[in-house]
Amino acid sequence: MNEQVITIGEMVKLDNLLDEGEYLQLGFQPSSMPLKERWRNNGLSADFMADYVTTFFPKHEDDPGSSARQMEIKSAVSYIANELLENGMKYTLEHTRERISISLLLEADRIIINATNAVDSAQSQAYQAFAEQIVSGDPMDLYMQALEASATGEGTSSGLGFLTMLNDYNAQISWSFYHTEEPRAVIATTQVRVPI
Amino acid sequence: MRKSCLLLSQGMKYTMKIEDENYVLEYEENTGRISIQGSLRLNGLDEYAPLLDVLVNCMQQSDAMFVDLSALEFLNSSGIAMFSKFIIQARSKENFSLELNGSSQIPWQSKSIKNLQRLFPALVVTFH
Repeated sequence: MNEQVITIGEMVKLDNLLDEGEYLQLGFQPSSMPLKERWRNNGLSADFMADYVTTFFPKHEDDPGSSARQMEIKSAVSYIANELLENGMKYTLEHTRERISISLLLEADRIIINATNAVDSAQSQAYQAFAEQIVSGDPMDLYMQALEASATGEGTSSGLGFLTMLNDYNAQISWSFYHTEEPRAVIATTQVRVPI
Repeated sequence: MRKSCLLLSQGMKYTMKIEDENYVLEYEENTGRISIQGSLRLNGLDEYAPLLDVLVNCMQQSDAMFVDLSALEFLNSSGIAMFSKFIIQARSKENFSLELNGSSQIPWQSKSIKNLQRLFPALVVTFH
C-alpha cells in the first residue's frame, strides 16, 4: 500500500475539527444503482445540505440583510454540493468498495465541504494536472477560457464548475490524492471552503 | 425521467414546450420569447442538446430574441456551458439582438449572467 498523499492547494485537515461544531455527511455506494437513476439524488442531496445550513443563518424580520445572507449561503452550498456530487458520480470507479461521500462542516467564519470518491489511477493523473492549473492560474481568465471552450466542445463542465465556485462564491479549493489497496484505485478528495 | 416535447397550436400562437419533473422550457415562436423555469441539473451537454437546439433554432429564425430566466432557480455547470455555447453562436450573428432577463432574488443569476455578458458585450441583461 502506497501511503503517499499528494496535496494540491492548501488542505484543511478535518480530523481535529470534527470533535466540535456542526457536521453532516452523506455516503453513496457506486455499485448499488446505475448512474442514470442516481443522478436525481444529486439535486436532492445538495438541496438538503443547503436547507440544513440555513437553520444556522435564520432570517430576522427587522434585518433585511439576514434574509439575503441566508439566500446567498443556501445558493452557494446548493451549487457547490451539487457540482461535487455530479463529479463524484461521473468519475467514480464503478466496481469499488470505496464510497462516494460528501461532508459539510460549519465553522464560525466558513463552510468546508469535502467530497471523496475513487478514481482510476490514469484518470487521477489528468485530474491532478487540471487541479494544478486551477490553483496556479487566474480564476477569471480560466473561467472565460472555459466558457469559450464550451462552444467547441473542448474542456469539461467539471472545470467550469470549479471555476464558478472560485469566481462566483469566493471559494478556495484544494485536492488530495492517495492510492488504496485496490489496484488502480486512487482516492480523490476535493475540499471547497466558502467564507460566510 | 419523464420528458415531453409538444408543439401546441393555441389559436395563432405556436408554442414549443420541453419539460421534465424539474424544469419547463417554453418557446413562443411568433414572439421569439423563451422562458425556462425550475431547476436544470442535466448530465452533460448531451442531455442539454434538446434545449440548446430550441435556443439555436429560435436564434436562426429571428433578429431579436428574449430569454426569460427569472424563474430558473438552479443551473449546474453543464447548463452554464450550454448557455455559453448558445451565446457564442449568437454573438457571431449579424444584427441580432439578444436579451436575457433574470431575477435579483436568485443569487446565482446576478453572478453567472454577468459572466455570460462578458462573452457577448452587446447582450442586454435585465433584472427585476
